[in-house]
Amino acid sequence: MIKVRELRKSYGKHEVLKGIDCTIHQGEVVVVIGPSGSGKSTFLRCLNRLEEPSSGEIMFEGRPVVEKQSELNSIRQKMGMVFQHFNLFPHMNVMENLTLAPRKLKKLSRASSEELAIGLLKAVGLEDKKHAYPNSLSGGQKQRIAIARSLAMEPDVILFDEPTSALDPEMVGEVLDVMKGLARRGMTMVIVTHEMGFAREVGDRLLFMDGGKIVEEGKPRDIFEKPGHPRTKEFLSKVL
Amino acid sequence: MNFSFLTDHWQMFAHGAWVTLKLSFFGVILGTLLGIFLALLRLSGVWVAKAVSSAYVEIIRGTPLFVQILLIYYGLTEFGINMSAFMAGVVALTVNSSAYMAEVFRGGIEAIDKGQTEAARSLGMPRGMTMYHIVLPQAFRNMLPAIGNEFIIIIKDSSLVSTVGIAELLYNARTIQGSLFLTFEPLLVVSACYFIMTFTLSKLLGALERKLRTR
Repeated sequence: MIKVRELRKSYGKHEVLKGIDCTIHQGEVVVVIGPSGSGKSTFLRCLNRLEEPSSGEIMFEGRPVVEKQSELNSIRQKMGMVFQHFNLFPHMNVMENLTLAPRKLKKLSRASSEELAIGLLKAVGLEDKKHAYPNSLSGGQKQRIAIARSLAMEPDVILFDEPTSALDPEMVGEVLDVMKGLARRGMTMVIVTHEMGFAREVGDRLLFMDGGKIVEEGKPRDIFEKPGHPRTKEFLSKVL
Repeated sequence: MNFSFLTDHWQMFAHGAWVTLKLSFFGVILGTLLGIFLALLRLSGVWVAKAVSSAYVEIIRGTPLFVQILLIYYGLTEFGINMSAFMAGVVALTVNSSAYMAEVFRGGIEAIDKGQTEAARSLGMPRGMTMYHIVLPQAFRNMLPAIGNEFIIIIKDSSLVSTVGIAELLYNARTIQGSLFLTFEPLLVVSACYFIMTFTLSKLLGALERKLRTR
């Protein structure tokens, strides 16, 4: 579904991504872990071109993810993203947050977009919050709404950029539960996270990044039990 | 003090106030629109657009409104552009206030968290739609005090266009001053008129601000 070849990204002289190759298949849950500064988030943000790659090629469903805006916008409609800091629209209530993009981009009527939104709110257990404004929600609730907002565009893949890193510990579980539910229903997901337990339980494949490269990849269980690379070993010994 | 002239001449003040309001209204609306446009040029990332916008802002901010009014009304006749005095007044106020508005809007837009734009763009929303639905409404709320300030300045500065013969508040007051040999009182009345306009506007904007903030 997503094919990345020789992806490189530099900020001035500093090279953050030093040639990434990877393929993400339909229905796969790929978890990206690694020390901070290893380029995990940059990698993820290059996939939908929120970050402009310096070189390399990214293909999504057979189409190149290119700079041309009209192409890019239609690709992004199929490629959802969930952010560390939620980025809900604070001047709109939950319902408006969810229905804005489907109404404007897919030309759904208000009624059918609201129907869709209600279904998604039920799925994340927040139907009663449909008229609430983001500021009145807890972090965990905000992130569940953000996931629902991204689902409202019915994407083929969702990119998660450290979705639980800004949450109080007691709220991490509710967000991870929603993500597990998505994984069970076969959603393709790429997840940058520090939640090792979750990575192990839900991930079909694990990528360990360090210094702008994918150092090791494989089944999460295999890597957690028998890391092959010394850098992976060192990292896992620190976080587990 | 003698305010007896008001019984015979109050219509002149009323008419002047009406002209002032019209001038300010067009100045505010057009200045705001042009200001948003200039701010977007400045933030566009296109080199030429940025240069044009910042040059405009610097030059207009760096020269007196009074001189701009004279340039637009008298100066432009050199190039065969003859505007009515009222039109010249509106153009001058628009040109002048747009430069300040551009800076207000630029600051307001830049202050909105980048994550807002990223979230909208990641849903597939194009740039313009993101600006219109996500960034500007939030920026507008934060900018309201600064915008109100600018509106008040425009109302007061519109008195400068009396110099090209527009019969607005100040112009009419001076007419009365001259014909009745009253130096002080007509100006006091004019001040009161300006104050009523600006104070009302200030209260209206305050109410709008509170309304937007209750969310």
